[in-house]
Formats: sequence, structure tokens, C-alpha cells
Amino acid sequence: MPLKRKDILSIDALSCEEIDLILQTAESFKEVSTRDIKKVPALRGKTIINLFFEPSTRTRTSFELAGKRLSADVINISAASSSAVKNETILDTARNIEAMHSDFIVVRHSASGVPQLLAGVLRSAVINAGDGAHQHPSQGLLDLMTIKEKKGEIKGLKVVIVGDILHSRVARSDIQGLVKYGAEVCVVGPPTLIPSGIERWGVKVSLHMDEALVGADIIIVLRLQLERQSRGFFPTLREYAMLYGLNQNRLNLADPEVLVMHPGPINRGIELSSEIADGLSSVILDQVTNGLAVRMALFFLLSEGSQH
Amino acid sequence: MSDKILIKGGRIIDPSHKRDEVADLLIEAGVISGISPSIAQPEGTFRTIDARGLLVVPGLIDLHTHLRVPGFEYKETIASATAAAASGGFTTVCCMPNTNPVNDNQAVTELILERAAAEGLVHVLPVGAITKGSQGKELAEMAELVSAGCVAVSDDGLPVMNSEIMRLAMTYATIFDIPVIDHCEDLNLTADGVIFEGKVSTDLGLRGIPSSSETVMVARDIELAELTGARVHLAHISTAGSVQLIREAKKRGISVTAETCPHYFTLTDEALRGYDSNAKMKPPLASSKDMEAILAGLADGTIEVIATDHAPHASEEKEQELDCAPFGIIGLETALPLSLKLVETGVLSLSDVIEKLTSGPAKVIGQKIGRLGIGDRADITLIDPDVEWTVKASDMKSLSKNSPFIGWTMKGRASTVIVSGKVLEGLYDGGKLR
Amino acid sequence: MERVILNSNEISRALTRISHEILERNKGPKDLILIGIQTGGVYLAQRLSSQIEKIEGDPLPVGALDITLYRDDLANRSAYPTLKKTDIPFDMTDHKVILVDDVLYTGRTIRAALDSLIDLGRPREIQLAVLIDRGHRELPIRADYVGKNLPTAFEEKVKVFLEETGEEDRVILNRPSKTH
Repeated sequence: MPLKRKDILSIDALSCEEIDLILQTAESFKEVSTRDIKKVPALRGKTIINLFFEPSTRTRTSFELAGKRLSADVINISAASSSAVKNETILDTARNIEAMHSDFIVVRHSASGVPQLLAGVLRSAVINAGDGAHQHPSQGLLDLMTIKEKKGEIKGLKVVIVGDILHSRVARSDIQGLVKYGAEVCVVGPPTLIPSGIERWGVKVSLHMDEALVGADIIIVLRLQLERQSRGFFPTLREYAMLYGLNQNRLNLADPEVLVMHPGPINRGIELSSEIADGLSSVILDQVTNGLAVRMALFFLLSEGSQH
Repeated sequence: MSDKILIKGGRIIDPSHKRDEVADLLIEAGVISGISPSIAQPEGTFRTIDARGLLVVPGLIDLHTHLRVPGFEYKETIASATAAAASGGFTTVCCMPNTNPVNDNQAVTELILERAAAEGLVHVLPVGAITKGSQGKELAEMAELVSAGCVAVSDDGLPVMNSEIMRLAMTYATIFDIPVIDHCEDLNLTADGVIFEGKVSTDLGLRGIPSSSETVMVARDIELAELTGARVHLAHISTAGSVQLIREAKKRGISVTAETCPHYFTLTDEALRGYDSNAKMKPPLASSKDMEAILAGLADGTIEVIATDHAPHASEEKEQELDCAPFGIIGLETALPLSLKLVETGVLSLSDVIEKLTSGPAKVIGQKIGRLGIGDRADITLIDPDVEWTVKASDMKSLSKNSPFIGWTMKGRASTVIVSGKVLEGLYDGGKLR
Repeated sequence: MERVILNSNEISRALTRISHEILERNKGPKDLILIGIQTGGVYLAQRLSSQIEKIEGDPLPVGALDITLYRDDLANRSAYPTLKKTDIPFDMTDHKVILVDDVLYTGRTIRAALDSLIDLGRPREIQLAVLIDRGHRELPIRADYVGKNLPTAFEEKVKVFLEETGEEDRVILNRPSKTH
């Protein structure tokens, strides 16, 4: 069964069957990265453009490596974030790039909806590598993969997502995926950083970390964008860490087998203490490994789907 | 060409005279000279318009248009905007002062009126700025603006945040008995919001504008209207909270009037689902609960005006990331059928709809227009209420095409527009745009 | 129209014969590795391994190879097998690899398998064992061990069913019925 779609824009749009296929394929791709020759010819002659309007090292590298391990040609373009500055609209930029016969455009942008905008006008497969506070589907998939791998089944797991939910595309993708698979999701954070109406996504909202963590199977700690403080969403980092930082005492409230996840990069000592980041519960590096496999799977499955 | 026009057999609806009857209407020398069930053929040459099956109403008045002149002629010109107005059935538009330079002095007002006289197809009534440069700091020279032809003042687009300045402006405006039109928005609450704050903004990951951004300013303006005794007109009302505040204010006898726009009673924030920048405007499309309240406010008279907030933007500006695309949609060419739909859905009577597009706005600006009386200037719109047509960007007269209604099938449109007793030729061809 | 080419006993006899041929040609089981092509080839490789165990006392190591990523028709094929795992948990260097597949047809699958094996390690030698050789080669590839040579028409289909997938062991030749 191929993935019968041209683009990957959000987790919401994917069915559980499609996600299962992606994760199953990713599982097979994990083996490729353990070989001496970490390369297969599956996407030979295909061109992948990483079109990043927002700085990123980790995600871009992961997509780049995923493409290269499949033998595709990968080009990285870091574009100025505001098209107004360049005096070229985003659509013009994308059309110009596609005129070079790209097969995939991986796009990251600080404005929500840009991948959808591009997918509507481009022939290339568009993969959303993070748009504003909207979606980060490959992160959502790699998180699902990591949880499935470690816990076997997602249904019934108690998952706590901590931090700046309002501005987090990771939280949105994670919530959609986890709720699809029947996890019990609770979001925790300062109410100034909880988006309006999030309960309607089928999650619980808690303002108190200690209360939310009791019995948690999975804790997903979000990265705190430090500039949020200046906008007044919370008074100081110190106070944020006091209320919502994950430390050993708090971790003890969770299930003994709890997994701690973080999309990276970590602000050590703010949202996550170092002892936990490096501790036995942390699966942060597994997330990175699985991220590569998921992205290989996406390229591979979309290249199949594009033939239809 | 004769200056006599006999409109025969139309259904004349003139809410200001509570008239709704099938009758003939005669225009002579640019003014209405007769209305009666049967008018005999006048002396000399005349033109007859067969209006059987059509509505004959006062020319529509838009209280809230952005002509974009001077300064933004790439978005719209007076020629294109007034052609759009005429094709939408409007014979008068009030233009907002957020131009470049801002219409905060006599020279800009005169420039607009000169251009309107030269290239405009319909009447243009300028709205002057409340403060110099709409900076919200010092009052603009209101007497000068009024003497140059401004019919109201407003800092639309750049609302006056400082409540003391607003108080002074309202107090000062009582000298001229002109309305102070406020775009109710607390810019601090709006912050960097782009769409209405609610489920859709959360789903789409877009920064939200809370409904309180509008309501706190509506509440402020009502208090200031009471304090100053000024005539305050609240522009493009979009939320349930605002409707409730205005309803209560009117009960208390405060001189406040309100307008809403067709998009607020037709669409909700669900229209943003596809990140369509043509559904991005200020105030933002709100929830269905808000839309219901707007409809109720129209029905019970809390909202007495339907205006368009026609805000043209060039396609290259709108074809951007939703975060970057400017706020605003065009509305002159779709307002009439969207308003007529309220009759079909039972919200308003036909006469009420016409009132909110004619005598309602005329009363706000205190002008003797929007009515069909003997001796009145003959600004008349003939409406074919049954014709169905599809909104096409290529048919639109406006220079900009930023409308969320493109592709919609509409029912009813202006079939003939008469401005100062002259039929605008070339706009239509048998109910269809040429 | 369907015809049974090999039944359960015949498959079993063919595999026994191939086991003997492998041992004979390689002068015993030393340094031999069986690698099956996903999925039918993997089951056949496992059966060959147990046959050889019966003869020699020890089974041969068995690996699984998925050649999907090496196919030359990735860009335009119409059937989409799910990507399976490649699992070769041993070093192939200096070993003799017996590549096992169910049906040898155009040779393109074997070409992909050879490329894949060479990326995965450096075997001393690669030999090919297949249950059915149906002809119509498009590449200069031949099998070293063949269960049955089966002359076929291009439009015919050969299907191998194995117990491991819950079917009764059999090989079937499918001839599309003439519609005119």
C-alpha cells in the first residue's frame, strides 16, 4: 500500500492506517543507518530541496541525511524569513525553485499555513518541516514511533505535555497523533501559554505540574522559547522553572517506567534538569534516531504515492 | 440625451417615507419630480425604463469604503472604486482617511473631491481623520475638514488608543454635529494576532485576536459618548459582546449608532481553514455565536447600518503567508446580494435591508440622501431581486480582487444605477456585467 | 485457468535435491550462508537450512534481504510491496552466499539483490538458488540451483504458496482466460 497523497502537511490529515504504514516503513529504514554503507539507491535521481525560512540545524540535518541515505540529491536553501524584505512573494520563491525540477520540497516557515499554501500550487511533494505554531508532522510521527517502540501500544497511555502549548507546533502534532491512537493526553503549562479551546481536541488541561504528573507514562517536555518572557507570558525564567520545570522530585510522581521526551534543543535547567535529560527515563536520543528513519520513510512513501 | 427619465412599473421601496408600492417614478433635471401609481408620459423627449419585476430603491450608501486615494493607487483608484460601487448598486461612498498622506487636512479632502469629480462615477463623501496623521496624539483641524466637505471623522485603521484624546475629539466634534466613527480595537489586546482567537486559531496555529479587543473599545466609546454627548458611530461591529453593549447603551438613550459588514453576518472564522488571506480582515471573522448575535442585532435594530469596509489590497500583497498578508477584503460588489439574503433567511424584511443600506447610513452622517422624495437628487438603484449570478474576479470592477466570495453564486443585483439623474451606461448588459 | 506445477511433496523433494547440490558443489557446509529475498525466498532459505542440518548436523546461518530499495522500477511500478526488513545478523566477508528466491523471471530482482548484498558486505562468492525458473530473462543472470525449469508464456503468472504464510505448499501457473 502506498501513501496515496502528494504532501505531508499535518498529522491531522493522516489516518491511523497511513501512520502505521509510515512507522512500519521507518522501522525497516532504521536498519539502513546501522550498515557500513549507509545508503540505498531508492531515490536515485530525485531532487529534494530543503527550503528553510527559519533557522534549524537538527531538523534540516535530519531531512538532509534522510534524503542522502536514499541517494537523492539534497539542496539546502535558507531563505530570508520575510518575503517583504526580499520583495519576492513566497509563492514566487517556491515556483522558482520548482522550475529546477525538484521532486520534494521540505519547507519550514515561521508563518503557519505556508506549506499548505505551497502544496496548493506546486507539483513537487511538499513536506511540512514545521510551520509557525501549526504543525510539525515528522516530529509527531517520530514521537509516536518512539513511544510505540518503547511501550508497545499507545492506547490508554497517560501522556503529559508540558510547556508553551500556545506557540508549539510540536504539541499540536503530538496531541493529534496521540489522541488518534487513544492516549489520554494532558497539557500542562502557564494559562498564558495554553491556547484557547484546546480542550476540544480531546485533551485535559492542567495548570499544576505536580497534579498532572501523577502516574504519567510519558512526559513530553516542550522547548521554552526564551523570548516569550519579554512578551510577558510569564514573569521570569526562574519562576517558570519553579512552576513547570521537570526535576527529579517531580519525575518521582510519574509511573516508575515513565519516558521523558523533548523535541530539542533543550534549555537545561529551565524546562528540564540535566539529571533527567541524561537519565535513564530520557529517550531524547532515540527520538533523534527515529526522526531520521521517519523522514526516510516519508520520502520513500511519497515517491511511491506521487506516481498515482 | 434627455434629462427626463420615466421609471415604469417598479416596486418602489423607500424606507425613509415608509413607501413600498408598485409605481412609476419620474426624474427631471436630475431630481425626482414625481412618484405615483401611474405617471403619464411627460412632454418632450424622455427615456423610459421598464422596471416591471424590479425594485426601485434609493441609491445605496456605503459608510465605510477605502478608496485608497491618495497614496495607494496600485490597490484602487477613485475610478475603479466608484465603478465597483456603482456595479454593486451604491451611489454614494464615504471614504476613510487612512490614505497617504492621511486625510487630516483640507488639502487632502479637496484632492479627493477633485479627483472624484473628475473620474468618479458615484458621489464621494470624505471622512476626515480624528487626529493629525491618525497618530492618536493631537486633534486634526476638524472645522477645516468639515468646511472642505468631510461628513464625519474617524481614525479607522489606526484607532485612537488614548481615551483622553478620544474624549476630547468627541467633545470637539459636537461643534459640527458630525459623527465620530470609531474602529473599535484595542491594539494592545490584538497584539500580533491575525485571526479571531478560538478553536480555529488554535487548530491553525495562528495568533488569535480576542473578541475583547473589540468589546473593550465599544464599552469605552459608549461611556465616552455618554460623557460627551457626541454622536458616536461604531464601525464594522463583529462580536456578540459588542452587540449586547450597544443594545444596552441604546436602551440608556446614549447617542450611539452601529454598523456591521456582510462578511460578519455571512462568514465565520471557519472560512480561514484553508489559510485564505482573502478571509483575513479586521476585526476578524468571529465564531458562529458572534455571527448569530450580529444577525439578532440587525433584526432588532441595534445595528442600523450595513457597510462594506471595502478594503482593496493588491494580489501580491494578499498572496503571502497569512501572517504577513494585510487585513481587509473588498465588498462593494457583493454587499447587496449578501444583504438581500437576509430577507430570504427571514432575518430582515426587504424594506429593513434597504433601510440599512440607504436611510440608515444617511441618518448617521446627517445627509439628505438615501431617500426618494419629490425634489430629492435622483440617486436611484434598480435591483433585479431574482437574477442569479456567480462572482468572478474577472468581472469585478475593483482593481483588487481580494474577496472571499469569489466563486459564490449570488441572487439579486443592481440592474440600473442612476446618479444625479443620469443612468450610468456601460456597467451592465441585461443584468450581466459587460 | 490454473494448473498446479508443484505440489507439497514435489517442493520438498526439489529443496532436498538443491540442498545436496549446494553441499556437493561447495564441498560441504563450510563458510556457507543462506540469504533469502523477502518474503518467499526467506522461507525457502530457512527450509534449505533445516535440510542441510538434517544432512550435516548443523544449520546454515539464514539472513533476510529486502530489495525494494534497490529496485530499478521504483519510479514507475504499479504494485507496491511494503518495505520489509533486511536482517543479516552476521558478517558476509569471506563467506559464500547462497541467494535464495522463489521465482526467477526477468533477473531484475536478482540484479537488485546483488547490488544490495555488495553494499552490505564483501562475500567471497554469491550463488543463486531458485525454486522455479520461468525464463524470459532481461539480464545476463542464471541460477546455480533450480527446483524446476518451467517454460511459460509472457502473460502467464507463476505463484508460489508456502505453509509459512498459512497456505498449502504449492506452485501454480495461472493462464489468463482468452476473452475472444
